[in-house]
Amino acid sequence: MASCIDDAFRRHGAEALATLIRLTGDFDLAEEGLQEAFAAAAVAWQTGPPDNPRAWLISVGRRRALDQLRRKIAFRSRQEQLAVEAKIERQAAPVETDEAEAAFGDDDLLRLIFTCCHPALALEAQVALTLRTVCSLPTASVARAFLVSEETMAQRLVRAKAKIRAAGIPYRTPPRELLDARVLGVLAAIYLVFTEAYAGDPRQSLAAEAIGLARRLDALLPGRGDVQGLLALMLLHEARRPARYDAAGDLVLLEDQDRGLWKAAMIAEGLALVEPALKARAPPSPYAVQAAIAALHAQAATPQATDWRQIVGLYAVLMRLSPSPVIELNHAAALAMVDGPAAALPRVEALAARGGLDGYDVLPAVRADLLRRLGRRKEAGAAYQDALRLARYDPERRFFRRRLAELEE
Amino acid sequence: MQYLLLIYSAESHEANNDPSVLAEYGPFTQGVVQSGAFKSADRLKPVNTATTVRIRDGKTLTTDGPFAETREQLGGYYLVEAKDLDAAVGIAAKIPTAKYGSIEVRPIWSMEEYAT
Repeated sequence: MASCIDDAFRRHGAEALATLIRLTGDFDLAEEGLQEAFAAAAVAWQTGPPDNPRAWLISVGRRRALDQLRRKIAFRSRQEQLAVEAKIERQAAPVETDEAEAAFGDDDLLRLIFTCCHPALALEAQVALTLRTVCSLPTASVARAFLVSEETMAQRLVRAKAKIRAAGIPYRTPPRELLDARVLGVLAAIYLVFTEAYAGDPRQSLAAEAIGLARRLDALLPGRGDVQGLLALMLLHEARRPARYDAAGDLVLLEDQDRGLWKAAMIAEGLALVEPALKARAPPSPYAVQAAIAALHAQAATPQATDWRQIVGLYAVLMRLSPSPVIELNHAAALAMVDGPAAALPRVEALAARGGLDGYDVLPAVRADLLRRLGRRKEAGAAYQDALRLARYDPERRFFRRRLAELEE
Repeated sequence: MQYLLLIYSAESHEANNDPSVLAEYGPFTQGVVQSGAFKSADRLKPVNTATTVRIRDGKTLTTDGPFAETREQLGGYYLVEAKDLDAAVGIAAKIPTAKYGSIEVRPIWSMEEYAT
């Protein structure tokens, strides 16, 4: 019985919450209502779950949410109570359907995702709210993932929900003219969840959340190259995780990884998405191009078999589509694999001189690697020291120390 | 809901005295009025005409100029009726000064919200 409730929570929790938020017009009320609905289910479902658990949870949750609201205003004056009752009546009425809703169907989960990732909220608030509501993660887990106390995270969530209410952030799928920009915002939040999880190994469960979010978004908004591209990119990177660290938890470079450890099913899922993602629109989404680069790595049976020339070409495309110093750095590193470290070094040095990547440990790390390969050991050592100072995570620090020790041999 | 759209820009910015920019305000305001969103709007005189008032220890302190030195100054506002933040932002984005200054979108705290 407990497992059937757990199962209902996993399968219907986010959708039921999303619908309750629409019906009550209030995140907190919806959360309280759903919580009470699950508590009621523990008793009512003892002989088995109802035919439609989701509808059951929504109907009980909504009644409980409205009871909550009535209790909260019980101490107010009669006039205020009447005003709130009127508001409840209005919210209980069916919501108006606008053009976008008609085009995308009545999907509350999508509304919830777009509201949580509204650009009027700070990115860190978007991410916290998405993990808490769409992924149903407990506040304590979200707090752990972002290395803040539970209290701090709870406050961040309260502030975000208060802003949604006070500023009038709409609970809807954005209309066509806003959709592309808003999807990009949602993807940025999902990618932040993933990169935080990817860089810091103790938090790998978040990578699965990010991939799950992208899968859901792809199902809700099918055929979008940006969504498919990000999903493919994350799958192809995540597939390499088992090979990224050795038994001691030390970082293993791509060229040294045991490719037999890569997750084949995940790679297959990612590869199948790359082509449709690239073809979905012209020019392609930068996420799709990044996924194509990851695909070339994933398809190489050995490091030597990697098609570096095509990777350099794809980075050149990326530099046109979404110029950034990080892309330039990657382009230079790929170029070193085709034309040699001497050709790439001036580009990396120019990037360093220009600034804009200050505080990013990968810049001195790439520079150090090129210098090392050119036999300029002393300069390479100084660059690894720079990288060591900037590294945020222990596996990276241990890797840079290892390189330093090798240089001194 | 009602939103106050606060128009900020550096007063010294040449666009603030560019007749072609100022000319854009006419059709923009007309558009807001025709859409039914318009409540009120005004342009403010430069910040060097401002006076700041504070009460401290029961005494009224009057000083020249704005409260704090900032890069951009409040130069005007629109008060609009909009169904949600997206609609308000949509109007704010069409304010001619948005192209070089910035627009702060603030929801009005309506009296009926105190009740709920």
